[in-house]
Amino acid sequence: MKKQAVASPETSLNDGIFVEDLRSQMVRFASMQLGDVHLAGDAVQEALAGALTNAEHFGGRSALKTWVFAILKNKIADVLRHKKRLVNASSLINDDDENEDFAEHLFDQRRHWQLDERPTFWGDPEASYRQQQFWIVFEACLEGLPDKQARVFMMREFIELETDEICVATGITASNLFVLLHRARLRLQVCL
Amino acid sequence: MLNCQEITRLVSEAQDRPLSLGEKLSLRTHLLMCSGCRNYEKNIASLRIASRAFTQGVHEQKKKDGMDDEK
Repeated sequence: MKKQAVASPETSLNDGIFVEDLRSQMVRFASMQLGDVHLAGDAVQEALAGALTNAEHFGGRSALKTWVFAILKNKIADVLRHKKRLVNASSLINDDDENEDFAEHLFDQRRHWQLDERPTFWGDPEASYRQQQFWIVFEACLEGLPDKQARVFMMREFIELETDEICVATGITASNLFVLLHRARLRLQVCL
Repeated sequence: MLNCQEITRLVSEAQDRPLSLGEKLSLRTHLLMCSGCRNYEKNIASLRIASRAFTQGVHEQKKKDGMDDEK
């Protein structure tokens, strides 16, 4: 990896602690998406290398970080698109038998909301992002999802792959995918 | 008439594929009458916005607020 491509001494990428911190956040994020620490490490390495060569364009740490994560997201999308066997198709299909039970306690006999499970409006999302608490809960809820639901949900909503791309990458049918996404959203809605 | 469980499925699929005219109609009619599903639909839309924000490392920045951001 190229080092010291940075001129200004204030530049964040010269700050070892900042970079290490950033790297570990990125590896965590990439591992969640790819389910493989080595692939995640490679993607992060490439994203950071790209960032170092252009670091002088970024004044603040927020801007830099947002940009580095955007690069990382593209790297992950590439990996997911091109490495089909990453996600084992059969393991995705017979996911979650227990999920029918999950819907079971949300809805009554007539399949309407149980009184105490009826969704309430979360309110303005922008406002909740400003609270650290929201993100802690969000991550915890993601971790609570059954594995396959989490995987396709993150492919769809984090990496922003199209549904047909996800079907190709995972080898599941569109209707299977819709079911998994639906179940993931239902769980997250309850959890958050 | 679709029930709430079926409506939550449609709300989800609307994020992933274009609904048919018939599906849209069923969905809209149900939402007019059902506040639970109305809230569900809004929350699912927020979930997408939150996810996009999450991938920009926004959540990590917030944890560090007040320390060293945006000099």
